[in-house]
Amino acid sequence: MSTDTSKVAASNGTNAAAPASKPTKAGAAANWADERLGLGGLSKFLSRKIFPDHWSFMLGEIALWSFVVLLVTGVFLTLWFKPSMAEITYQGSYAPLRGIDMSEAMASTLDISFDVRGGLLLRQVHHWAAMLFIASMMIHMMRVFFTGAHRKPREINWVIGATLLLLGTLEGFTGYSLPDDLLSGTGIRAADGFMMAIPIVGTYISFFLFGGEFPGDDIIPRLFTIHVLLIPALLLALIGAHLILLIYHKHTQWPGPGRTEKNVVGYPMVPNYISKMTGFFFITFGVTALLGAFFSLNPVWKFGPYDPTKVTAGSQPDWYMGWPDGALRIMPGWESHFWGSTWSWNIFFPVIVLPMAAWMVVLMLPFIESWITGDKREHHLLQRPRNAPTRTATFVALMTFYAGFWAAGGNDIIAIKFHLSINQITYFLRAFVFLGPIVAFIITRRWCISLQRHDNEKLLHGYETGTVIRTPEGAYHEKHLPLPEDEAFAMTVRDRGRAGEEPELKKNGKLSLRAKLRAFYYDHDVDKPTPEELSEAHHHAEHEAHALAAHEGHQVDGHDFDDHRHSAIEEPLSH
Amino acid sequence: MSSDLSEIEKHDDSHPELNAHTDALLPDPGMHEHHWRPTDVDPKAEKRAERQVSIFFGLSALCSVLFVVAYFTIKPGYDGDVWAGYGASNLALGASLGFALLFLGIGVIQWARKLVVDIEHSEDRHPAASSPATREVAVAELKAALQESGMARRPFIRNAMIGSAALLGLPAIVMLKDLGKTNAQITEEQPYAGAGLEHTVWDAGVRVVRDVVGTPIRPGDLEIGDLVNAEPSTIFDGSLHGAPLQIAKSKAATILLRMDPNDIVNDVTRNWSVNGIVAYSKICTHVGCPISLNERTTHHLLCPCHQSTFDLADHGKVIFGPAGRHLPQLPLGVDSDGFLVALSDYPEPVGVSFWERNTYDIDEIFDDWSKDHAADAEQYGYKEGGQ
Repeated sequence: MSTDTSKVAASNGTNAAAPASKPTKAGAAANWADERLGLGGLSKFLSRKIFPDHWSFMLGEIALWSFVVLLVTGVFLTLWFKPSMAEITYQGSYAPLRGIDMSEAMASTLDISFDVRGGLLLRQVHHWAAMLFIASMMIHMMRVFFTGAHRKPREINWVIGATLLLLGTLEGFTGYSLPDDLLSGTGIRAADGFMMAIPIVGTYISFFLFGGEFPGDDIIPRLFTIHVLLIPALLLALIGAHLILLIYHKHTQWPGPGRTEKNVVGYPMVPNYISKMTGFFFITFGVTALLGAFFSLNPVWKFGPYDPTKVTAGSQPDWYMGWPDGALRIMPGWESHFWGSTWSWNIFFPVIVLPMAAWMVVLMLPFIESWITGDKREHHLLQRPRNAPTRTATFVALMTFYAGFWAAGGNDIIAIKFHLSINQITYFLRAFVFLGPIVAFIITRRWCISLQRHDNEKLLHGYETGTVIRTPEGAYHEKHLPLPEDEAFAMTVRDRGRAGEEPELKKNGKLSLRAKLRAFYYDHDVDKPTPEELSEAHHHAEHEAHALAAHEGHQVDGHDFDDHRHSAIEEPLSH
Repeated sequence: MSSDLSEIEKHDDSHPELNAHTDALLPDPGMHEHHWRPTDVDPKAEKRAERQVSIFFGLSALCSVLFVVAYFTIKPGYDGDVWAGYGASNLALGASLGFALLFLGIGVIQWARKLVVDIEHSEDRHPAASSPATREVAVAELKAALQESGMARRPFIRNAMIGSAALLGLPAIVMLKDLGKTNAQITEEQPYAGAGLEHTVWDAGVRVVRDVVGTPIRPGDLEIGDLVNAEPSTIFDGSLHGAPLQIAKSKAATILLRMDPNDIVNDVTRNWSVNGIVAYSKICTHVGCPISLNERTTHHLLCPCHQSTFDLADHGKVIFGPAGRHLPQLPLGVDSDGFLVALSDYPEPVGVSFWERNTYDIDEIFDDWSKDHAADAEQYGYKEGGQ
């Protein structure tokens, strides 16, 4: 991989020609380390690793860097936070609460907010980074699934990613519960209700976690240990594994000139990505710092200390906990009583069974898909979402399902802001979470199929130039021009027909479940044009171009209105 | 193992599976020729880029210094200076730190984009699976290891080792037992007043007092439509501190509502009321939020967390929302000094459902309560059919 750097920013090279006989200080240090650690091999392996470039590959990086911001700000916060439920009288500088009894956790949170310089900033940056961490994980996950990056050999990395999302959510919940303010205490109380609703073992789980009856005085120190030790350790380990697998598999890439399943085209880790990633870390940190400076978040002093007899109206958890809370809100109040026991389906189902089931489904998506399609090949080229209509529609349906519950989590806010009846919103959403995903599935799939047709149209007949030509007879034609070579090529790099082998019929001659699902998966999928169709279309285009040229009073090249975007290729299609 | 190997035989060094599924409809135009950037070929552009990068780094350094200045000059705290609705300290520190980081990041990215070599490379991929040769060696080594260790030949001690190692999980699990006492233990031992999920600190003759201030209430203090957050006087008598106090409050919180006695539609509710004053647990039977939103004209009580709605005129039954059970009602009476008192503890467990909860309908609850408490309750003016 010799690089022609003859012209690259000439000033870069002014010091490069140091005499080899006299090692530099850096060289001596590297030598010292290599003789003891053998770092040379690792450095050689990593430093020239190639990563492809695309804006959407940056989403996971936002998650990575916001996690680092969380570690840095979190360590600072532990210096002042006291995870204790011992009751003290607040004497800090926030006058409205002075003289009020509260836990040490709440009092130290107030101290961090008002008496430690920069403490409020740290709290807010930590909380904003947590929001960003979870949001970017979710968007990263959408990117991966919509582009087919979860396929073999990356299924395990998908599972790790889904686990990171679950752990991140739990980390967020344990974190915002720590200040022991009225809002978070209400959240913990609801969590106690969730645990109690688990049949048979629920009461035991609750009493073990709380060290006896709710609220007791153990829960904050225990959540603290979970929040600063247990989950972060798991997150770190899994993020490490996620990145090692990313490097081992090499990053996926979009189809394009010179990009195949057998190579990865892009820029090397050193110097390109190491510098871009470093810069991007500072930008992520900077953005969260500015958010912390300008946007107040979780003002615990306004809620006051936790009091089990009080509640604030409009009590809502952080946004990522919103969808199970919404499920809890719209669930009918089903409870059964048998033989002296109480079964709270109204709680157990929406907040325990549903989220775990949803997580399991997400976890299994790559395996379900490859089982249905029978596709066991390795994939390193990404797919556009339109080229896997059923997959895309499935995920959009799941997102619609999520969105319905998430909206339900704010049903009181919706009712107030839009002057609607909360009862009617609830009835509507009960239906929406079942019907919405079906409608979303159908629309998305048809949409994808239309886009596939449109792609074929563009391949065969070129793109619309916006130039309309009137013939002497009075007929109108729009002039089409062939797609640029790169774009046309990238469009054609996809499977023809169904992947995998056709499943065999069952012994009774009927289709197996897998065969039926496979037929459904590929139903209406539009194939790319055949070579015959392509060449015929090109001949046709040539004829048409000649015919139109005869009518044209002056030369219209079709680029009059498109900013000359395709100046490289001017001849009509001919192959 | 052998069947796995035969699967793998399909891979050979040419990796056919990596390129199996994209028939070339159009020829691959191949990687583009490299285009030199202005900064590569124009010394002026290069100097300009260098200048831009150094300006960003300079601005970043300036912001870091500003952070230190702001740290030492601006007081923190709620009472401190406020700029445009923001805490001055938080705003100054956050903005200076944020811009210091942002400018540094932008500088580095600008450097990477304008001055670092931007030549695309292509690197070969290999299938994720190890090559058949490697796999063969690995399997052979594993087999040898198995042979040399005698694991296969001595199944008894192997199984004994696995079994004893597995049993080491027991101490770890057993240790968790003392995380907390169970509900059954706490209920039996009564380490503090009203311990256990089936009980609260309410008891016969305990005065109903106002939340926060702790003053007792006479029936005449309430007008029709008044809602009062109440507690048992036990909360204020100084006998409970720390966790037991919090636990007591979390279960005993009560709502008093006075309504027109003719509005009460349920006999049990009427029996346990005094002059149209009814008392219900404030703890939602759904997931335990304290309920607080009262619809004055309908006697409906709405939980702000998940919108369960209860009808206080009709034994607190659920009329909307996800709650599965009615709100427990506290039987009320009046003591010899004319203050409202409880006739007993809540006749059923308050708050969230739990698996061991024995749940009855309201008439059964009332019958049981009558057997145990009706006679004692007469001293507080209780009379079935109305007081």
